[in-house]
Amino acid sequence: MAHDETKIEIRNLTMAYGSYVVMRDISAQIKRGSVFIIMGNSGSGKSTLLRHMLGLQRPAQGDVLYDGRSFWGLDDEARKVQLRKYGVLFQSGALWSSMTLAENVALPLVEYTDWSESDRDDIVRLKLALVGLTGFEDYYPSEISGGMRKRAGLARAMALDPEILFFDEPSAGLDPITSRNLDKLILELRDGLGATVVVVTHELASIFTIADDSIFLDADSRTMRAHGNPKELLEGSSDSKLRAFLSRGEISEQGATS
Amino acid sequence: MVERTSPGVVRVSLSGNWRAQSRLPGLEVFTQTVSENAVAEGLLEFNTNDLTGWDSRFVAFIHRCVALGRTRNLTFRPDGLPEGVRRLLRLANAVPEKKDASHSVFKAGFLPNLGEQALKVWQDAREMLAFFGENILAFVNLLRGRAQFRWSDAFLVMEQCGPQALGIVAMINCLVGLILAFVGAIELQRFGASIYVSDLVGIATVREMGCIMTGIILCGRTGAAFAAQLGTMKVNEEISALETFGISTIEFLVLPRMVALMLMMPFLCVFADLISIAGGFVVSASMLDISPTVYFGRIVHAIQLKSFLLGVGKGSFFGFLVAFAGCFRGMQSGYSAAAVGEATTRAVVTGITAIVASDGIFAVLANALHI
Repeated sequence: MAHDETKIEIRNLTMAYGSYVVMRDISAQIKRGSVFIIMGNSGSGKSTLLRHMLGLQRPAQGDVLYDGRSFWGLDDEARKVQLRKYGVLFQSGALWSSMTLAENVALPLVEYTDWSESDRDDIVRLKLALVGLTGFEDYYPSEISGGMRKRAGLARAMALDPEILFFDEPSAGLDPITSRNLDKLILELRDGLGATVVVVTHELASIFTIADDSIFLDADSRTMRAHGNPKELLEGSSDSKLRAFLSRGEISEQGATS
Repeated sequence: MVERTSPGVVRVSLSGNWRAQSRLPGLEVFTQTVSENAVAEGLLEFNTNDLTGWDSRFVAFIHRCVALGRTRNLTFRPDGLPEGVRRLLRLANAVPEKKDASHSVFKAGFLPNLGEQALKVWQDAREMLAFFGENILAFVNLLRGRAQFRWSDAFLVMEQCGPQALGIVAMINCLVGLILAFVGAIELQRFGASIYVSDLVGIATVREMGCIMTGIILCGRTGAAFAAQLGTMKVNEEISALETFGISTIEFLVLPRMVALMLMMPFLCVFADLISIAGGFVVSASMLDISPTVYFGRIVHAIQLKSFLLGVGKGSFFGFLVAFAGCFRGMQSGYSAAAVGEATTRAVVTGITAIVASDGIFAVLANALHI
């Protein structure tokens, strides 16, 4: 049954700030172990969709289901259990600035496990090593570069071996090589942890490298315009706006500039 | 600068150096010419053969001419303009003005404004009450030992708001003691009752000034810092990060600050009382020649235990108010640098207002209960 494979389901989701509707009628199913990309132009509500999936914002209508269960239908305790299955990498890393990198990675462990301190330290060192930050355990977030902060944020996101990893614009503000390495890291972690990955991005290079599946959000019509593997969408779709987006405007320029 | 109109064609001739810092010609002549020779349709041309220099002001001028011409049905012919200007104009006109993009400034009358403000205050009060409720729940969790609370955080805040604030607390309270004694000395001397200066300083300090001044200092120093810290954490998505880990921001961020201030304030109050009384002694001794034995003897006599406890208890409550205002405004902050600044300001305003208002209530209560 296809349902067994579906890890996350977005069902008729409408997002709104007060009476201002950002996006309506978004539906998608995300398969376990796949890399799912939310793409769209700037200001189309990609990050807002992510915030809805993370449970930071309540949907105006519709629902987000994890393993077939509605996130907002859960009670507080069950929601906390669910939240523990997430790992999130925010746009700027969002490391807690009053703590060192090691403390950042350790905090979820301290809160949710009863491991001994030495066990915890081992895990922290391992997670930081996975993202190539060995030796930076005692640095504060303000003392390292933006790319390192992102990687540290990734280490923290992985701390509890999450079932789902969310990335908000992982390559924003990174140079091409660093961002490519991050893409590779995402794929390796997905294979290593067996996690489902959801990425918000508009970086074409990453989209084609890592995506299994995607949706394209359009700011003008305020809904999703396409759903599928981006490579297939580029070849098969007749939607000129989507093709223009995926080809940097080089195909069907006319249709894109309206 | 000349303007000529042959049948159906408006030609604008521009000359000289438009880059000069001098005042540039306005649009008035152009507007006049166009409206005088009202034609159904026509061409708008420019002649710039004698133009020696131009910058953005020139382009802006042309841009306005073209826009004005369009309202008079004049078709713009860019041929006469320098190449660079033409490119810039094409760029400026490439994307048509978005109709619903410009902010409409809606001027409401006095009554609608009043109503809106009242609704805002109501909304604010409801949010505050909700925040208060969450804090109580978190506090109950703490007492049951189930809160996501780290004492190390609380100790860090205690250090910042306690020992590190001693200097400023000492200075302000010493001055307050001096002032109280000074004012008292001048008035009481006229009745030959200058000996009562010590009573005045002692009671005023212990019951009111010590805790109020310390509360206000902490509000400006620590409450503002709380609001700025939490606001910045919000901008930086650190708060979101905590929430996605299922960590309660109230228990993890607000509670340590609140506990720290409530525990630290009584000590600061005692310290403030002592310093202020010492300050009063300096004036008493130098102006009124009151000996230390008499001064401190009277003080010990004048201050009742319940007055002292009232002051210290109020101090702890003010600590709660300061932490509450700081954290509440910080958590309420928006997602920009300006919003954090506003949150900080509002934290201090809310904190000081709450301290003074609640002190009034305390005064009435204490009077009614004969404390």
